[in-house]
Amino acid sequence: MQPEASARPVVPHAEHFGDEASRQNAAHLGMWIFLATEVLLFAALFAPYALYRLAYPELFHQAREHMDLTLGTINTYVLVSSSVLVALAVASIRKGRELVASALLVGAVVLGITFLCIKGMEYAHHAKDKALPGAHYAFHQFAVPGASLYFTLYWIMTGVHAVHVTVGVGVLSVLCGQTLSGKFSAAYHTPLELGGMYWHLVDIVWLFLWPLLYLS
Amino acid sequence: MSQSGAEPVMPERHYLNAERGLWSWLTTHDHKRIGLMFLGLLLLMFLLGGVYALALRIELLTPGETIMSRLAYNRSFTLHGVVMVWLFLIPSIPSAFGNFLLPLMIGAKDVAFPRLNLASLYLYVLGAAITLWGILQGGADTGWTFYTPYSTATGTAVLPVLLGVFVVGFSTILTGVNFITTVHTMRAPGVTWTKIPLFVWAIYGTSIIQVLATPVLGMVLVLVMLERLGGLGFFDPARGGDPLLYQHLFWFYSHPAVYIMILPGMGVISEAVCAFTRKNPFSYRVLVVSTVGIAFVGFLTWGHHMFVSGASTLGAGAFSVLSMLVAIFTALKIFTWLGTMYRGSIWITTPFVYVLGFIFLLFFGGMSGVAVAVTSADIHWHDTYFVVAHFHFIMVGASLMAFLGALHYWFPKMFGRRYPEALGIGTAVLIIFGFIATFLPQFLLGNMGMPRRYADYPERFQPLHVASTAGASLLGFGFLIIAIYLIWSLRHGRVAGRNPWESRGYEWTSESPPPKSNFHEPPSFPYPPHDYARPDVAPEVGRAA
Amino acid sequence: MSELLRHLLFLPRAGSTLADRVDGIHFFIIIITFIVAVCIGLTGFVFLVRFRRQQAFAMTPHVQAPMWLEGLFIGVPLSFFLLWGVMGFRDFVWAKNPPAGALDVYVTGKQWMWKFAYPDGIGSVGELYVPMNKPVRVLITSRDVVHSFYVPEFRLKQDALPGRYTEMWFQVKRPGRYQVLCAEYCGLDHSHMRAEVVALEPGDFEAWRARQKSLPEPGPGEEPLVVSGADAPGPLAELGRAVATRKGCFQCHTVDGTPHIGPTWLGLYQREESLQSGERIRADVAYLTESMMDPAAKVVAGFNPVMPNFQGRLSPQEVAAIVEFIKSLRPERPVPPAAQEPTYVPVRR
Repeated sequence: MQPEASARPVVPHAEHFGDEASRQNAAHLGMWIFLATEVLLFAALFAPYALYRLAYPELFHQAREHMDLTLGTINTYVLVSSSVLVALAVASIRKGRELVASALLVGAVVLGITFLCIKGMEYAHHAKDKALPGAHYAFHQFAVPGASLYFTLYWIMTGVHAVHVTVGVGVLSVLCGQTLSGKFSAAYHTPLELGGMYWHLVDIVWLFLWPLLYLS
Repeated sequence: MSQSGAEPVMPERHYLNAERGLWSWLTTHDHKRIGLMFLGLLLLMFLLGGVYALALRIELLTPGETIMSRLAYNRSFTLHGVVMVWLFLIPSIPSAFGNFLLPLMIGAKDVAFPRLNLASLYLYVLGAAITLWGILQGGADTGWTFYTPYSTATGTAVLPVLLGVFVVGFSTILTGVNFITTVHTMRAPGVTWTKIPLFVWAIYGTSIIQVLATPVLGMVLVLVMLERLGGLGFFDPARGGDPLLYQHLFWFYSHPAVYIMILPGMGVISEAVCAFTRKNPFSYRVLVVSTVGIAFVGFLTWGHHMFVSGASTLGAGAFSVLSMLVAIFTALKIFTWLGTMYRGSIWITTPFVYVLGFIFLLFFGGMSGVAVAVTSADIHWHDTYFVVAHFHFIMVGASLMAFLGALHYWFPKMFGRRYPEALGIGTAVLIIFGFIATFLPQFLLGNMGMPRRYADYPERFQPLHVASTAGASLLGFGFLIIAIYLIWSLRHGRVAGRNPWESRGYEWTSESPPPKSNFHEPPSFPYPPHDYARPDVAPEVGRAA
Repeated sequence: MSELLRHLLFLPRAGSTLADRVDGIHFFIIIITFIVAVCIGLTGFVFLVRFRRQQAFAMTPHVQAPMWLEGLFIGVPLSFFLLWGVMGFRDFVWAKNPPAGALDVYVTGKQWMWKFAYPDGIGSVGELYVPMNKPVRVLITSRDVVHSFYVPEFRLKQDALPGRYTEMWFQVKRPGRYQVLCAEYCGLDHSHMRAEVVALEPGDFEAWRARQKSLPEPGPGEEPLVVSGADAPGPLAELGRAVATRKGCFQCHTVDGTPHIGPTWLGLYQREESLQSGERIRADVAYLTESMMDPAAKVVAGFNPVMPNFQGRLSPQEVAAIVEFIKSLRPERPVPPAAQEPTYVPVRR
């Protein structure tokens, strides 16, 4: 705890903290720990990916040809850009530029939705080819041992990621609305920082998914 | 017993009567109230799991069908496991006592995220409700371990049970996030990292495990749910999948999970040993390093559940050695607790009887764990009653004893009243004997070759099963007595005063029951915890309220 | 001495060479455990009496564990634990590596029975006949969910997994009957999934074997493993069954009509099949051969393309033998759908 001279916590529900510096520390630490849990969640999917890749090397090699590299790469640019916008938004609010921050957040939300739409297009393509997960797999052009497994992995990994993107879009939208209504300022914008951290994590996870599923 | 000689009095305003009405409880941010609500719910879940246990033991009185069909038996042991592990043991000490005591023990007003704490409670309620709904639909019959392919194929109500556990997992994660942040950012002046009370270290270590392991469980459960719902085929050899992958992912969580179940109990024991021998810990550093050591090395041992599943021999050897390493930490703790008693002033009270039971039974439970970590010996013991006895020695003989010890040690702190001490000691002894009578025969059953999860069994196993059931009824009887006198004491127990145990733990410096804000003035603790050697410190006597 | 300890610890007789090793470590561990328990108990008791509370609010000296004591606390248990771990691991490796010349037996667990097959074609259900004093390797698989092949008196256990083989070996010391129990929960009748290992003197075992081969009769109490056609299977078909066993075909294909990972071989020859591509073919010799050499080319509808490629792994003679074996699996009369045994089908909800 900081010495008594520090400021009181700036939000009413944080009286138990004693001072503002502790409050901010705690908020950030809590978010980092939560992000660690998300990393472990995805690790539980990357581990089967690694295992099945070791078991079916040929399959994973060939499967790449059936992925839509163009759409996947566009999505990567979309998501990274949205992360940049979010970072800029946090920087803006720190300088007290609320309107700029809101605009940047709107941009990030739009890009997030774009990501989901492009993903939806990809899913539609795969569904048309009947490259569906598990029992529903009927993709004739790609019928090597274990092929259904590759696509099952693809659908689950990108699907779980897409769920997180959706949640992130929701969070950013709410934060955007709150910024517009003046809830945040240079003195207090912790939820924005935390929401930004979440979005960056979602982006980083995609930066692992993209090479593993599309490039290698 | 206050030194002033006057009769102890109940403080006028405290956290229980600061606000009144059901709504004030349901929307509270007060960690103490949240801890109490958790405690009540946990005890209800323990009752449910215990009813299943008694039903199982009655069924096992005869080799054939006694009181239920084979399908009912398979559901019963599954639900006994699910309820006891996820709805009782894993949340037990952290969510009830951790919540109540953590801020008190570091001199804080509340946990770091009080609203998140309330959310944890509601997620637990939601998860328990979903699981109960699954139970009402008959419940799963897969075993609490949900091994594939059976769990993806069976027609019983597996989905609601999986979903319930998934939701409770979120409760666990949020509690973990809360506690870690609290310990890092909200300690009062004087409570440096080397002066953190041992219970707080235990909760901290537990929270690390909770936060890192539970997400993996969440993902695995989702994969099994998707396989049931949509034929995903991750673990299905007919689609190129690997059933062993499920076991790896499941045990990667579930082995650390057992350390979630024991570490908080060890923290309780550390506190109670120091308080009731009035001694500093024989080695504070060893206890802390062991706690953190168990938390981390515990993640490296999951393969010892899979020695006979046809996985790599070399892997088995590695996991065996790592399991031995993690056992050393427990051995160190036992020696340290014993050493703490040397030259102390030992006061035999109900909590201390539970402490003694804990140490004794943890020793045998831990040694049986070392035994099954020996790869060749595990070939015989795996999936037999020997393993069942091993984990019940730890989970009931140790963890549950610690829970009961915590309940009796901090009962005066939470409610400001005492329970009848003689009855407490007598029941503790009854429970310890009942426990040994229940589970010692199970070690022998395992030696004989009795496999787990058998609704019917070959006749030669019957005598030991009858002995075990007899012990179980003693256990159940003991729990009943505890429930009765504790509920009675809530209203009619003798007023405790601030510090009836003369403890120098930080939580005893505030009133019993504490005020809503925990301390009347911001506290500072210039002396180390568990210090009974310094003459100039007498928190047992305390300031005027 | 061992016998006395076995009695005290409720251990069953040591029926195999592995049992002696496992029991040895067991005795070592339990004796040390009890010695330490007594020491801890006595120490605790002495402390309880000697240092009991004399007055309230007593002060106590600050006692810190000396380094050498902490060193002992770490060193002594660690030495024992690691010693046991190493001893156990040596025996574990020994148990998983069969000596040369071991007799192979294929063990299949299915809900809720154990089936045994020998490479020369004999099969039985519920009883595993082995010669005593000779190493026997068991190659274990499952037809459906995970089971575990457990013989308490041998201290032997190995899981039975669908889609792959696990292996272990044992050598029985005395003739007799030894109970087999399933040790991995597998559903409703898990507790009834039992069998017996029947260990015979070598001479008796050979006699049993000869009897089994000469008569095409079913194993005790169960349906025949093969429903033969008009003529008894010729030598080439028998060779085919042996090759199929060795190459692991039965991990995925059954011979009695039950559906599994691949199409059943019962009645497969000349059967009209629908392929995944929608075509229909007749499973003639050409198709059967092509399926082994290029399994992904024409996959039967309703099955996944998981069959490994046997090109280069089967000699032409072996291929012909397998085809002959499949041809021999013609039912005399229409076979009722395999509904008696519970079949494993993933839940489609």
